[in-house]
Amino acid sequence: MSAPEKNIGDILLKVENISLSFGGVKALTDISFEIREREILAIIGPNGAGKSSMLNCINGFYHPQQGTITYRGEKRKQMRPHEAAKQGIARTFQNIALFKGMSTLDNIMTGRLLKMKSGLFTSAIYKGPAEREQIEHREFCERIIDFLEIEAIRKVPVGRLPYGLQKRVELARALAAEPTLLLLDEPMAGMNLEEKQDMCRFILDVNDEFGTTICLIEHDMGVVMDISDRVVVLDYGRKIGDGIPDEVKSSQAVIDAYLGVQH
Amino acid sequence: MAFFFEVLIGGLMAGVMYSLVALGFVLIFKASGVFNFAQGAMVLFAGLFFVGFTELGVPTWLSLLLTVGVMVLLAVAVERLVLRHLVNQEGIILFMATIGVSFFLDGFGQTIWGSNVKQLDIGIPTDPIFLMDGEILIQSFDLWAALVAGTLLASLVVFQKTRTGRALRAVADDHQAAQSVGIPLNVIWIIVWAIAGLVALVAGVMWGSKLGMQPAIVSLALKALPVLILGGFTSIPGAIIGGLIIGAGEKLAEVYIGPLVGGGIENWFAYVLALAFLLIRPQGLFGEKLIERV
Amino acid sequence: MLYRESGQYKTTYSADQAIFTIPQDRVFFALLMLAAFVGIPLVATNYVYTALLIPFLCLSLAALGLNILTGYCGQLSLGTGAFMGVGAVAAWNIATRVPDLNLLVVFALAGLITAAVGMFFGLPSLRIKGFYLAVATLAAQFFLPWLFVKWGWLTNYASSGVITAPQLKMFGWEVDTPMEKYLFALSVVTLLALMAKNLVRSNPGRQWMAIRDMDIAAEIIGIRPVVAKLTAFAVSSFYIGIAGALYLFVYLGSTEPDGFGISLSFQALFMIIIGGLGSILGSFLGAFFILLLPIFLTRVPPMLGFDLSTALVSHLEFMVFGALIVFFLIVEPHGLARLWQITKEKLRIWPFPY
Repeated sequence: MSAPEKNIGDILLKVENISLSFGGVKALTDISFEIREREILAIIGPNGAGKSSMLNCINGFYHPQQGTITYRGEKRKQMRPHEAAKQGIARTFQNIALFKGMSTLDNIMTGRLLKMKSGLFTSAIYKGPAEREQIEHREFCERIIDFLEIEAIRKVPVGRLPYGLQKRVELARALAAEPTLLLLDEPMAGMNLEEKQDMCRFILDVNDEFGTTICLIEHDMGVVMDISDRVVVLDYGRKIGDGIPDEVKSSQAVIDAYLGVQH
Repeated sequence: MAFFFEVLIGGLMAGVMYSLVALGFVLIFKASGVFNFAQGAMVLFAGLFFVGFTELGVPTWLSLLLTVGVMVLLAVAVERLVLRHLVNQEGIILFMATIGVSFFLDGFGQTIWGSNVKQLDIGIPTDPIFLMDGEILIQSFDLWAALVAGTLLASLVVFQKTRTGRALRAVADDHQAAQSVGIPLNVIWIIVWAIAGLVALVAGVMWGSKLGMQPAIVSLALKALPVLILGGFTSIPGAIIGGLIIGAGEKLAEVYIGPLVGGGIENWFAYVLALAFLLIRPQGLFGEKLIERV
Repeated sequence: MLYRESGQYKTTYSADQAIFTIPQDRVFFALLMLAAFVGIPLVATNYVYTALLIPFLCLSLAALGLNILTGYCGQLSLGTGAFMGVGAVAAWNIATRVPDLNLLVVFALAGLITAAVGMFFGLPSLRIKGFYLAVATLAAQFFLPWLFVKWGWLTNYASSGVITAPQLKMFGWEVDTPMEKYLFALSVVTLLALMAKNLVRSNPGRQWMAIRDMDIAAEIIGIRPVVAKLTAFAVSSFYIGIAGALYLFVYLGSTEPDGFGISLSFQALFMIIIGGLGSILGSFLGAFFILLLPIFLTRVPPMLGFDLSTALVSHLEFMVFGALIVFFLIVEPHGLARLWQITKEKLRIWPFPY
């Protein structure tokens, strides 16, 4: 339900002429688009269209051979993923990437590490600054836990949780970093209707309450058309559509890509 | 110059031994993704059984056959008792499990056959051969060893091309996927461990005839690990070439650098070389570079 | 029935984050400490100190150090023995060259030196993982003891090559008798274990575990793998170095510098596998178990009327260790520590099954 009166801001991230290849395989060819502050942008496209590769470029995990990415007005060359994280880009993964041996709470606290300062010495002594810091950040994490309704599982090792809950914990971990830009790679894959509705609600709430910009990849067209402000369509590593959901829905190139073309 | 070549050739021949052990590692790693720390212990184990049988008065050919049987049984036991229960575990867990297997075999072999150094003579000629007008001396035994290693290598390369060989590689790629297309994981594992057992037997016999069968072989066999780093974990030619480089390198280093620092560098040269290599080219000379995905 | 927590409510995050959240556990721990510091000195004989308790403490500390690296950070090391050697040789050099230095300072410096060496050999971990790293640490294991022997300066050019621990003294206390040595080692180990517990339950521990569980994801949420891995190597080697110094100063008394061989490395690894990877308590349980087993194997068969030769016993030891490692990896990868935890959980709800 993208409300028309929503306050969409300036360009937050601008992708220009990105090309990425692995050996001879071209994953992305000459892609350009932009993400504006406080919007929900969906990237859609058939499997293998290069959607995940695009996210990987944005948060510095892959380094495109050509093109530039400008984030908050700052053009960047090669950057390591942890630098992207430091600049406020958080993400979730298509195949859940939680720390399986740790509890839900520890996973979320780990997401908050960037905001924490205690080093080896204060941590080893624990009493005093380290403990105060732990408690202060624990309070923040508890708010996220409340928000995502995962109170009951906070001490459970995430390896034991069902799939839907793991996805939720992963979102919680990303939120713990208080990101400016949140990248969600198929947040609703493999969920049933009810879980999808919950997840949609969380995404919209995050966007609404914290003003977080969201860029998500999703296959469920109903969801995409409902929650996103704008949609970018990729096919075989090229951009074939970009616009508000209704425009994209009626674009011939997009329909061809999804339904196939008669030759 | 002649001295240099003599050292070089001596080193290369020692390298053949490392290659033989490394070959066993590569086979198992390629086929099951298991980094088999027990390969060295398997060399000792096979060697001890072979020597043990011959000392009991069993004819050589029958001892060989019996030991082959023992190694096949061992493969079955490893699959039944260890691997089967660790399907889809992380590599590091499997690695540690093979350390356990290694200790077990080490202890088991010696419990049965004792820990004395045992001489092994299977009739390989050991006369020295002189090359270049008698300037260079090499052991004919070493030539035999090289010949045996070459034959073994050739048959393994042929084996890779067979149907079973292909199944082995499929298993290495992905346990679950291989199972789902109907490749019997358990059988494959038994086959590959049995083959590695045979390779260990060959290495054990060669090594035993050269140095006598003794427990120290297990730690000597640890040198196959740096060999693998040089050659890459998945490459059979890599194992051979890596073994030769390490063998020649450590002998040359001992002779030419050793005196400068008090000698004894043979013990660690291989590892430090591997360490340097890891920093420069982690995938080895012939290994494949992996693209990581999320 | 005594082990119940109904009616105990935690009202602060501080209480919820304590090491022992259940009062009964706190009481138990206090009693254990009381027994260790007061009870044991009242009853133990010199044999128990020198053959059992002191090596137990030294090796527990080494296992704890290895557990930080392998159990918490997921980086496998086969160089524990060599790093203990670094700690021992460093402590010996400091103590003999600066005779009046406080013993605690000597140990801390030895730990720091080992930490530096450990970080150096940990550098390959930035590019390689798992068993590749194990091979890299083997380089340390074979190179360092060689260096101790060949670099005469390290042993003060002693012709025998043997280094002998100096008289232990601090704050006017001369640590002479086995009991005093035991108490000294116990204090050092207790303090370091508490610090380790603090580390693993706060930021550094979370960084390490994140790298262990999924290094790519860890980097993407902002953990720098370089920092996480190298701190793990540093802290781990610090502990192992102090363990090595204790091993020489309070247990062995004197040793050849190449006595810190690969068998120690394997021993430490077995301790953490059997005790529990990623558990502080497990390091102690594992060390206890691994030390008791050989004693058990040498003592019990003669009692039952079997007369085993020492060679056979050592072979049997190998077999039993090997089999146990496989057994634990298959049945309970989290080792004895996990079994202890399960027992506690069952006890909490006893006599009900759920």
